[in-house]
Amino acid sequence: MADTKPLPSTVTVGLARTRLEVREFFREREALIFTFFFPIIFLGIFSAVFGNTDFDGVNAATYFTPGMIASGIFLSSFQSLAISIALERDEGLLKRLRGTPMPPQAYFIGKIGQVLITSILQIALLLAISGLLLGVDLPTEPDRWLNFVWIFILGTASGSVLGIAFSVVPKSGKAASAVITPVVLLLQFMSGVYFVYSSLPGWMRNVAAVFPLKWLAQGMRSVFLPDGFELTEPAKSWQLGTGAIVLSIWLVVGLLLAQRVFRWTRRDAG
Amino acid sequence: MENDNAVRVRGLVKRYPDKVAVDGVDLDIHRGEVFALLGPNGAGKTTTTEILEGYRRADDGEVSVLGTDPAQGDRSWRARLGIVLQTSRDEAESTVSELVNHYAGYYPNPRDPDEVIAAVGLEEKRKTRPRKLSGGQRRRLDVALGVVGNPELLFLDEPTTGFDPEARRQFWTLIEELRTEGTTILLTTHYLDEAEHLADRVGVIADGRMIEIGTPETLGGRGARTARVSWADADGPHELRTDQPTAEVAALMARFGGEVPELEVRRPSLEDIYLDLIGKANAAETAAVTMEAGAL
Repeated sequence: MADTKPLPSTVTVGLARTRLEVREFFREREALIFTFFFPIIFLGIFSAVFGNTDFDGVNAATYFTPGMIASGIFLSSFQSLAISIALERDEGLLKRLRGTPMPPQAYFIGKIGQVLITSILQIALLLAISGLLLGVDLPTEPDRWLNFVWIFILGTASGSVLGIAFSVVPKSGKAASAVITPVVLLLQFMSGVYFVYSSLPGWMRNVAAVFPLKWLAQGMRSVFLPDGFELTEPAKSWQLGTGAIVLSIWLVVGLLLAQRVFRWTRRDAG
Repeated sequence: MENDNAVRVRGLVKRYPDKVAVDGVDLDIHRGEVFALLGPNGAGKTTTTEILEGYRRADDGEVSVLGTDPAQGDRSWRARLGIVLQTSRDEAESTVSELVNHYAGYYPNPRDPDEVIAAVGLEEKRKTRPRKLSGGQRRRLDVALGVVGNPELLFLDEPTTGFDPEARRQFWTLIEELRTEGTTILLTTHYLDEAEHLADRVGVIADGRMIEIGTPETLGGRGARTARVSWADADGPHELRTDQPTAEVAALMARFGGEVPELEVRRPSLEDIYLDLIGKANAAETAAVTMEAGAL
């Protein structure tokens, strides 16, 4: 028989897929604008519109930076994965990949690796613009940054697995953006990304509290707003413990759902 | 050692809720041959190949591809296959060279990506992204991605649909080169001339059944090959079917004392024979299901 060289390892192929995914992401203009630059553009607009408005002692950019970071994490993970995977399934890319010896896990390593890299770059850019151009005082205390890290990781992880699971919802690749973008937009409005959360009606806050984005945004507010701002929250507290629990539940639910519903071929493929 | 057959299928059955797509197909594909699977749309070609490729599960029957049941196929089994699907999207923002190199990284023993790009004639397009390629060039990229892993068995699903005649000829040369290197190829196509040109053997599938397997020269049996000799005289055109066309022509020559008016000797093309086979299968099917009228 021919020589029996070993198959490339899952990690090797996973890293190769990450490189490919990151390259694809930054070369595609649409994803770049609607996922990568969207929160940055919005932060710029908000700080221009509310330039003279005082938010309990901080300027608009300071007040909206945490919401935009939360939003960025959710867009980069949930929205970007749900749309791109729906398209890749509909157009047969997933089917082709399944026909190669690529380990299935490598595909997900590539997707999640791409989410991590792009969202870290996105947040770095957002913070640089906030701090240098918009006069936001970025925190210096290590425990705040420690909170930032776990909130970021939990938010990215739950957004990613939910995005993978949600990618089966659109009936076609063409419908993917139209189905997924409004869901994300609605969640953003209800979760206090674009408004002062405590000014939203109670019923809306109750609905938002079921979903991960509200907890992601609230967690990010705890990192970036000055001490004492927890009293402006409806609960008079950052509720970081509850946030951690809700995000973890979504992570587990998303993981189980993704494993159950993910498929390499279209629904009509029998 | 595995046997000489790259593919061995016995009594393959696949049922869908509304119909039986594959109804007892037997098939052997020898190592190193090009086998063309022909049949009308909906005849069971795609279902059969997708079962061989491991995309679908058989409901009944035995299937062995490179000695393995595709339903149990693991990564090392997939590493020995190359699959060129009918339609598939590429990672649209990567160049030809980036894609071929990336896919090579999935396999333990890949071909040299640059050689593969040259073999499919895309050297000039190495730095081009797929969406800037013509239809024919894209298809050649599909083939490049299918063969870069150095497969023992290559599936080609309607590889030249939408090609202009020149692109098709170039593509055929590529397939012939792969065959010369010893790759076993299962080709599905709607183009009978393509099957005639490329295939060592041809299988015709209709209504989920393999109705005939043979070389392009013998398909349909000897009767189907009967030559037709036609000519014209004062009474008008004549045609006769014969196994000895040379003798007939000699006799006509003697009768006319030289040139025979409008003389033509024809043998049916593979396409004529194929249409004949499909027509017979349809007629048999119609007869068999008259009891359940409306099923068609």
